[in-house]
Amino acid sequence: MSEIPTYPTEPLRCWDKAKELRRRYYERYRDIKDEGGLRWAGGAWSLGAVPAGLGRDVASITSEPYAASIAFNKELSIQCMEAAEKKGFARDLCSYMRTYWGSLILDKYAFGGPFPKPDFIWQDHICCSHAKWYQVVTDIETDIPFFSVDVAAGPAHEINDNKIDYLVGQMLDGIEWLEKITGRTYDDELLIEACKNEFRATSVWAEICSLNKAMPAPLDEKSMFSLYVLGTLEKHAASVADFYEELRDEVKDRVDRGVAAVKHERCRLISDTQPPWGFLKVFRYLEQFGAVSVGSLYTFGLIGLFEIKPDGTWGPRTTPMDAGVDLSSREKVLRAYAEWNLHKPEWQHFYSPHLKSEMMIRMCKEWNVDGVMLHYNRGCEGLTLGIAENRLALIEAGYPVLPFEGNMGDEREFDLAKTMDRMDSFMETLSLKKVASA
Amino acid sequence: MFERFSQIRKERHDYARAWKERTGGKVLGYFCTYVPEEILYAADVLPVRILGSHEPQDVTEPHIFGMFCPFCRDCLAQGLKGRFEYLDGLMIAQSCLHIRQAYTSWEKHRPVEFSHYLCMPHKVKSPRARTFLTGELETFKTAVEKWTGIEITDERLHEGIAVMNKSRDLMHRLYDARRSDPPRLTGTEALEVVLANQMADKREHSELLEATLERLPDREVPERASGTRLLMVGSEDDDMAFFEMVERVGGTIVTDDHCTGTRYFWNKVETNGEPLLRAIANRYCDRPPCPTKDWEARDRIEHVLKLGRDWDCKGAIVIQQKFCDPHELDIPATKKALEDAGFPVLILEFDVTVPVGQFQIRVEAFLEMLGADDLF
Repeated sequence: MSEIPTYPTEPLRCWDKAKELRRRYYERYRDIKDEGGLRWAGGAWSLGAVPAGLGRDVASITSEPYAASIAFNKELSIQCMEAAEKKGFARDLCSYMRTYWGSLILDKYAFGGPFPKPDFIWQDHICCSHAKWYQVVTDIETDIPFFSVDVAAGPAHEINDNKIDYLVGQMLDGIEWLEKITGRTYDDELLIEACKNEFRATSVWAEICSLNKAMPAPLDEKSMFSLYVLGTLEKHAASVADFYEELRDEVKDRVDRGVAAVKHERCRLISDTQPPWGFLKVFRYLEQFGAVSVGSLYTFGLIGLFEIKPDGTWGPRTTPMDAGVDLSSREKVLRAYAEWNLHKPEWQHFYSPHLKSEMMIRMCKEWNVDGVMLHYNRGCEGLTLGIAENRLALIEAGYPVLPFEGNMGDEREFDLAKTMDRMDSFMETLSLKKVASA
Repeated sequence: MFERFSQIRKERHDYARAWKERTGGKVLGYFCTYVPEEILYAADVLPVRILGSHEPQDVTEPHIFGMFCPFCRDCLAQGLKGRFEYLDGLMIAQSCLHIRQAYTSWEKHRPVEFSHYLCMPHKVKSPRARTFLTGELETFKTAVEKWTGIEITDERLHEGIAVMNKSRDLMHRLYDARRSDPPRLTGTEALEVVLANQMADKREHSELLEATLERLPDREVPERASGTRLLMVGSEDDDMAFFEMVERVGGTIVTDDHCTGTRYFWNKVETNGEPLLRAIANRYCDRPPCPTKDWEARDRIEHVLKLGRDWDCKGAIVIQQKFCDPHELDIPATKKALEDAGFPVLILEFDVTVPVGQFQIRVEAFLEMLGADDLF
């Protein structure tokens, strides 16, 4: 690490398009009622292709990225959390959840106007807080119909027909429920289309992440936060799948031309869990040392679907379309959809942190990582689950680890100065000093 | 009358070791009351619940982040300190995220010959959950057969179900004895029995309990004021010191909604001619739910209110294990429902050790408030 490399850098051409897609998503959710459409609310992992069968005039709001957007707005963020706390909710609960409830209680929509009330709730449940999150929403707004699918059927290596049947059965029940509460006739063709979009979007995102194995990395994680988020909003939408293909092509081009995300890349890191959204400058600070975070299981595997390729490395999961799976009916496409989602990397540690450790160590090897920053995130029990065991496993595998404590959405639990001090110490541990020209 | 139950609780490890010595059988430690003990009894395995020791400890910090509940860390500490070294097996039924970390860390760092993560469904109110759980129980049964070398026939399953159901019947009779005024036993004594029930061979526990229940009607109620009748609500609660304190200062705990209490034994396996694993699955889907499984509708609150009414409670103490998200998510709605139904509520946050002195002041104030009607 003694010689400081210099690489060409340039902004992403499709950056503004990503921002535009995100802005339009929140505005469409707000305004869809003007066109006689439907609004639904649910989590970022909701099986969103299912309500897509209700029609093209259906818009969603996914709760975690919505709350993360508020976290970036410190004034509104604290107002929301305090509103939830005044209702008696504990301060150590998920900060996204408290923020979301607060936005509802205060009737303030982060993208302007009052909070647009959903027509129904379509949620998934794998974290203890998922279905309970919306149970509380229905305590606040008692007339919103609510359905949640339990997706905690076991880890990918144990998938069998019984587990797939469980998810499929719930989704079939959910479709009947959707028809009943909306009075609409369900369109299986729209479901099939949405599932195909999601297979495509989540596989292509994994391909983009895999391209970041290149040295220098074409993307840094701070930028990836603004890109992966589209998959947490509407991974079943054609617009997202199409955008990811465009992004993939651009990233490929960057790799071919040796364009770097960080000009003096000489140290590659990965992080873990959601970052403290109000303090992303931490990632920019690293660049001064020539260090780049090339991703995390969070940015890769929250929506990205991977598989082990013939050479033994991780790459994008082959879509059911490319694998020749018959997707021609409601039941058939839902089986493929259930199986696809049960392979989600970020669902595996809910059964064992050791499965996550294996994936993180794989990332360290294949993405040529020099060290790992673990965000002990007080704001999210789901993704912080087992993080201490991940730390032990990474150390045992020979990777330096920087644990830092914080909260993705509650700045009252993040100590910036202390974190920066720890970053400095970590850089020193990795024998890095600031690059004069960075 | 309750000394033997108390002895089993206090000397749980000696009890399990002696059981192994006497029977030559295998002992399995489990973490959550959704574990289907029927199948374990059918295979001559002794299931023992892993609970903490209520001591400050410093061994779990490298394994579980401090934002997770102190109970799960206390449980893991027991394993890391080697207090359950006699275990042959370890298992968990999927419930909250917190306690499963105790299982996954224990499994890795103190491995035993058999371990199993039972994928208990969360959406227990869906009919799909019963079919799914039946399949998961089939997988579990096969794994236990392989481990023990014992074929779990229907006859054996019937026996396992009978052992568990008899114990549940007896526990109901014990709790029913607390409906009278004054109750025939204190909450502290009931806690000794229900905790011992989770540590002892059910067959032995049932014998002891049957004998106790026979003597109970003739028992002279302990020399103490009958006390203000209280309902306890919350997650697990095996904090004997807290129970003793409440009953020392004028309360009498007459029932509870705890997973160390009624939620553990409340309902039975009803076979009704159904395949036995399906019947077992039905029992675990139908039991009073842990908050992790109480959605989309809130059914738990109705059950809590019924307990309060049926046991003629004057107030409720809601205990909150620090950082226990599932219960934190229920508490505002539970508190409101209890208060609307006329049960004043005291909420206390628990840790591995509780500040008995401070809590005593709060409990005394609560009891004084409950007694205000008598004064004026």
